[in-house]
Order: sequence, then C-alpha cells, then structure tokens
Amino acid sequence: MKRFTWFNATALTLGFAFLYLPMIILVIYSFNASKLVTVWAGFSTKWYGELLNNTQMLDAAWVTIKVAVVSSTLATVLGTMAAYVMVRGGRFMGRTLFSGMIFAPLVMPEVITGLSLFLLFKPVFTQFSAQTIILAHATFSMCYVSVVVSSRLVAFDKSLEEAALDLGCTPFESFRLVTLPIIAPAVISGWLLAFTLSLDDLVIASFTTGPGATTLPMKIWSAVRLGVSPEINALSTIMIAIVTVGVITASISTKRAALRQRAEERAAAG
Amino acid sequence: MRRLFLISVPYLWLLALFLIPFVIVLKISLSDTALAIPPYTPQLDLTTGWEGIKSFFGALDFENFVWLTEDDLYWKAYVSSLQIAVFSTLFALLVGYPIAYAMAQAPEQWRATLMMLIILPFWTSFLIRVYAWMGILSQEGLLNQFLMWLGVINEPLIILNTNKAVYIGIVYTYLPFMILPIYSALEKLDGSLLEAAEDLGCSRFTAFWLVTIPLSKNGIIAGCFLVFIPAIGEFVIPSLLGGSSTLMIGKVLWEEFFANLDWPVAAAVAVVLLLILIIPIILFQRNEQKQREAEQ
Repeated sequence: MKRFTWFNATALTLGFAFLYLPMIILVIYSFNASKLVTVWAGFSTKWYGELLNNTQMLDAAWVTIKVAVVSSTLATVLGTMAAYVMVRGGRFMGRTLFSGMIFAPLVMPEVITGLSLFLLFKPVFTQFSAQTIILAHATFSMCYVSVVVSSRLVAFDKSLEEAALDLGCTPFESFRLVTLPIIAPAVISGWLLAFTLSLDDLVIASFTTGPGATTLPMKIWSAVRLGVSPEINALSTIMIAIVTVGVITASISTKRAALRQRAEERAAAG
Repeated sequence: MRRLFLISVPYLWLLALFLIPFVIVLKISLSDTALAIPPYTPQLDLTTGWEGIKSFFGALDFENFVWLTEDDLYWKAYVSSLQIAVFSTLFALLVGYPIAYAMAQAPEQWRATLMMLIILPFWTSFLIRVYAWMGILSQEGLLNQFLMWLGVINEPLIILNTNKAVYIGIVYTYLPFMILPIYSALEKLDGSLLEAAEDLGCSRFTAFWLVTIPLSKNGIIAGCFLVFIPAIGEFVIPSLLGGSSTLMIGKVLWEEFFANLDWPVAAAVAVVLLLILIIPIILFQRNEQKQREAEQ
C-alpha cells in the first residue's frame, strides 16, 4: 500500500492551494458588504439581489444558454459523424485534409478563428446575431467532440457491429442499436464539453456577434475591464457552483455505472 | 450513398466554415485599407468577367506585410509573445511536474479524486479564473495585504498590469494541460525500474533523474506544447492582467480589428501569427503520432 510521503503531500497541498485559493477568495468576497472588493465589511447577500435585478445581465445569460444549447447539439451531431468517418470511414478522397481540418481548430488561436469567421460572414449575412455565434461555436466545438468520440470508437470492438449486420440489421439499425449505446458516454461528454466551450467563449463570440446578441462572457468582460466588481463575484460564484455540482454528479454517476457494469460482467461470467 | 452523406456533411461544413475563412483572411491581408464599406480594396467583381478577375489579382500586394516589418510595434509584439509563452511554459512545467509526480505516487483510491480536482477548474469559466487574480494581485489586493501583514514587505508590490501578472495568469489557467499528460506518463511508469536503479547503487535523486524524467519525456513534451501553443495567441490574460506595456500579438490583432477597424492589417497579423505557430503545431502532432504508434 502506497502512502503519501512528505514531499508528495507538500506538492499536492501547495498545488491545489494555488489552483483553488483564487476561486475560494472570489466566492468569499461575493458575500462582502463593501463595494471595495479588497476590504471586508461584513457578510451580505446584497450583490446577489442586485444581480437578480440586473435585467441586462439576465438577458445576456439567456442568450448565452440558448447559443450554447443549439451550438453544442449541432457540434455533437457533426462531431460524431466526423469521428465515425475518421475511424470507420476507410479511405476516401481528401482524408488527410479532413483530419487536418479536425485537428487544426483545436490549436488555432481564438483571435484568428474569430477574425476569419467574421470576414466570411460579413458579405453573407446582412446582420450578425445569435445565429452567427451558433455557426461559429458549432464549428470549433465539433472538433473537440470528434476527438472525444473517436477515442471511444477506436477502443471498441468492431466485430460487434459486424455481428449485428450478419444478424440482419441494416447499417443504420446496427449504428442505433449497437454503436450508439456503446459510444453514448463519449457523445454525452462531448456535448458537455461543447456546451462549456460555448458558454465560456469571449473572443470568437465578440467577432461574430451582432445587435441584441450580447453573451454573458461579453457582459462580464465589459464589466471587469473597469476593475473588480462584487456583482461579478456573485455571478462567478453562481457559475462556479453550477459547474462544481455538475462535475461531481457526473463523476459519481460514471463511477456507479462502471461499478454496475463490472457487477453485470461478473454475473454473466459466473 | 449513405456513406457519401456521412462523409460530405462534416466535410463540407469544415470546408465552408474553417478552410474558406482562411483563404479569405489571406486574400484580405493582401488587400489595401480603404475608407469604404467593406473597408478594403480591391473587391472581386465577377460581373466584368475575366477582366475583373485579372484586375483583382493585379491589385493584391504585400504592402501590409511590409508595414508589419516597418512599424516596430508588430515585431516587438511577436517577440514578446514568444518570450512570454516560453517562460510561462517553463514555469508551468516547474509547478506542474511535482504535482503530477505526487498524483502518480498517491494511493490508488485517491487518484480518481485528485484527477477530478485537476479537471474541475478546466470546466469553470476561463474568464472568471483570470478575473479572480485581479483582486489578489492589485496594489491594495490580498497578496500585498498578506505580505505586509507578514512583514515581508513594507510597500505594496506592483504586480497587476505588469508582465509578472501575465505569467501568473498563464501558468494558472493552463496548469491542468501541463499536469494531465505528465501524470498519465508517470502513472504508467514501472516502479520496479526505480528499485532496480537503487539496487544498482543510484541515489534516489539520481534514479529520479536517470529513470523517471526520461520515461516521462513524452508527457513533458505534450504538456509543454499544450501550454505553449495557446499562450502565444492569448488575448484575455494580457488584456486583463497585463499593462499598457504588455505587448502580445493576440491583443494587437484585437485592437487592430476593433479599435482601428483596420481589417487588412489585422488579417496580415493573423497570417504571420499562423506562420509562427505552424512549426510548433507540426512538431506537436508528430510527437502525438509517435506516441500513438508506440502504444500500438
């Protein structure tokens, strides 16, 4: 049985303090009564109240969620198709170009992606809106989805699909009844990844936005440019809380699913 | 038929929304700035047929690129972006390696939790994580308050709005990218190799230096690229934590586009940035490929 040595314990403590203290401080100061974020003036929840009355902020949150849901769903469909083509598609014309186009957006600086999409959209759309942001987000997130899904596709046994086809399934049925259930966890985490990427994005959205389509990161950006504000701390706290609950729930449920699967396999074997 | 559909949908999508935009960027970087809508010339006019295409290509030139070399703002920004990216990658390695090492050494039942704790910040908003440092690093911020209370310093340090804050910001936000590949390399490491080295007379440190580090080389390389590549084009961190003297190319591009409305120069800045990034990106992909082949 391994134990923590003093070196490892120190490295982990300092490391996690570095990663988590800034966020913990942010959360604590969202409950500060003072408008000055660096001076503690007693506990208060008034910034949360002000946040709830800030209709601009709420509108921006609504736009952001709509954009994130639609773009991540589009990205998941396209990304899963792309992953399937890459792993199971065999050879086709322009395969190298295709894999390059899937890989490149992952390492592309956001300012370049944003600028290039702006210049593409400018002559096509008379006015930019939430739709143009959706197109932009779906494009770069589909590449992340395809990476997540293809790693799962590579890992699973192709003969299962072949067996389904031998037993009289159409290719679509074999995909729906065999492939999809097996890759489902990867598809779901791909969707979640695309969703967070869209929720998070400031740069690409700024290039492709139009009147009436201000997203939350853009709103936060214009507020924090002027300095630290307790209302932004309150908003950040809410966002951190949602993510924390989400990630912990997801990791517990995948752990349970893994345990259940192991139990089933054992039952089947015995 | 179905296969064709499956291939063509994502293919055409990426062609239209990824590749074609780059061709447009390249084209506009060769155009001239103009006071018009859209603010550049020439416009491709297909109604005049072949003549239109000929005069369009005749009007393209490298003027914007010449401009980038003449005004020293640009090359200084490229050099300083590279410098900031290199040093923050090194700092991230120095901070990240011990954490990854300790995670790989941790008891089995702890590892999943530690892993989750590393990934969790990655899911939280990037903007918020950068913003969190503004209140800590400012002159009357918590770090200065703490250090003065300890009596280490008498006057507040000026960190926010300098390059130091940019380094801290980059190391902080990209640390998980450094830790994860190193951790996955160290986790696979066979402990008996270290025992063998010690049996053969190595000190623990020599064994670490001669066995552990070389065997985690691939993880180190992957982690460095994952920090270095996005750091070069970074915009949010230098804008929020850096000062007016912090020059980074992502910020220059943003200002050229949003403040100066100079699309052709912004496009030229993007093309040069891309040329700088091509080398590390290709090296990174080669490293990944080599690793994948080694695993098979």
